[in-house]
Amino acid sequence: MVNRSLKKIYAILIYLFLYAPIIILVVFSFNASKSRGTWSGFTLKWYLELFRDRQIMKSLYYTMLVAILSSLIATIIGTAAAISIHKMKNFKKTIIMNLTYLPVVNPDIVTGLSLMILFIFTRFPLGFISLLLAHITFNIPYVILSVLPKLKQLDKHLYEAALDLGATPWYAYKKVILPEIMPGIITGLLLAFTLSVDDFVISFFTTGSGVSTLSITIYSMARRGINPKINALSTLLFLTVLLLLIIVNMRMSGESTKKEREI
Amino acid sequence: MKKKWLSYPYIIWMLFFILIPLILVFFYSITIRTDEGLAFTLKQYKRFLEPIYIKVFIRSVYLALISTVLCLLLGYPMAMILAGRDFKKKNIMVLLFVIPMWMNFLLRTYAWMTLLERRGLINTFLSFIGLPSLNLLYTQEAVVLGMVYNFLPFMVLPIYSVLSKIDRQLIEAAEDLGANSFTIFRKIIFPLSLPGVTSGITMVFLPAVTTFVISRLLGGGQFTLIGNLIEQQFLYVGDWNFGSAISMIMMIVILLSMGVMSRYDKEHEGGGLW
Repeated sequence: MVNRSLKKIYAILIYLFLYAPIIILVVFSFNASKSRGTWSGFTLKWYLELFRDRQIMKSLYYTMLVAILSSLIATIIGTAAAISIHKMKNFKKTIIMNLTYLPVVNPDIVTGLSLMILFIFTRFPLGFISLLLAHITFNIPYVILSVLPKLKQLDKHLYEAALDLGATPWYAYKKVILPEIMPGIITGLLLAFTLSVDDFVISFFTTGSGVSTLSITIYSMARRGINPKINALSTLLFLTVLLLLIIVNMRMSGESTKKEREI
Repeated sequence: MKKKWLSYPYIIWMLFFILIPLILVFFYSITIRTDEGLAFTLKQYKRFLEPIYIKVFIRSVYLALISTVLCLLLGYPMAMILAGRDFKKKNIMVLLFVIPMWMNFLLRTYAWMTLLERRGLINTFLSFIGLPSLNLLYTQEAVVLGMVYNFLPFMVLPIYSVLSKIDRQLIEAAEDLGANSFTIFRKIIFPLSLPGVTSGITMVFLPAVTTFVISRLLGGGQFTLIGNLIEQQFLYVGDWNFGSAISMIMMIVILLSMGVMSRYDKEHEGGGLW
């Protein structure tokens, strides 16, 4: 019993450590005074200022646009590549898989600056397109790594059966293989989207003037010190994440109970 | 059926955006622009051996090591609690652990700025109870704190997933044979959790040793880490050759340590004798 309450206290302390900074950030986003130490009344003015801040709104737009485009393009290229890699023989497969792992294990800062060197070396203007290309580049490996396991689980006779029944190869892929590996593709897409939204280091090196993502804007604001607008922004982002996770969790538990009922 | 061409866009993409950029970094690190054009040199690598840069390197490794050890010490018991059977709502506990990870990394770091700041909450509290205020922000400890805070889930989750897969019967068998809980931990739980520990160590150490954001925001630019050095060379000093050489050194160190770690992992998985 003593053991259990000790564990409880430890867990509470760790959760406190994880959540205290976030909760304080949220609480102080409603603080009227700009100084953080004292509470001087409830206000929503930081939220109003946040929505009036052109720079923040613009970076939110770019963050979303880059995340949507890069995750979609990476998913298409990555899924196609995964299907083909799955069929490859040992030697070739090893080489390509090593190439795939390279950006995953390489430090972000090296990936970011090597891309910056490439763009400047080839006189490619740094801006939205270079940012998008960089995001696609670091997203593709994650899509491949999410799709490949699904392909491995796949019964290879399924495809042959479809061909025997007269399907063309393309039709068989569309109607048999793709639906089977769909969960992996969706996972890859979501992973790519999240990584893209969350990325700072690679974006920091590959973007040009005028185009900045939310992470870059937060960094340049935070470097100058505390800004209550960031608190307001954090609160909104934290609530969004919380809401999304709750929805996903509810859907997942809903599905599992449905499956249990079917069984 | 051959669908070879399906991978061509990817292969071309990765050649162009991963391989060629890295070759360019390597190229910049071994050349120097002279009056007669480009010349081969290893000067950049030699320059890194100067005391000021070696100091930066040692500081980066040192701070990352301290953070990794702290994460392991704080995280292992937490992983055991999450994997254990003491609490009912375990799924929610794990989810609660993951949620902060979903918040932007910069905001998590920024949150500590508001806490540690000179007129921040901790100092206000200290002066409220009559203690002198402390210099908390822009210290080495603040950098370590930021690393531990940001990377703790990377340590806990791999250990948790290994621990929750351990066969309960092994532990029960040991109990039946008279082992006490400390012996069970030492002889069964800990050895079996080692793969999780190694991947936790890698997942904390690598981002910690390469970061330049945490040291900039919580260290205030006073504690230059190797990541800051690279950033400076590329964005402010404009010395691409030296910046590339540092990046190459960092990359090699990291790939080597990854290799060592994965080898260590395999020995444990494949051997099974010890």
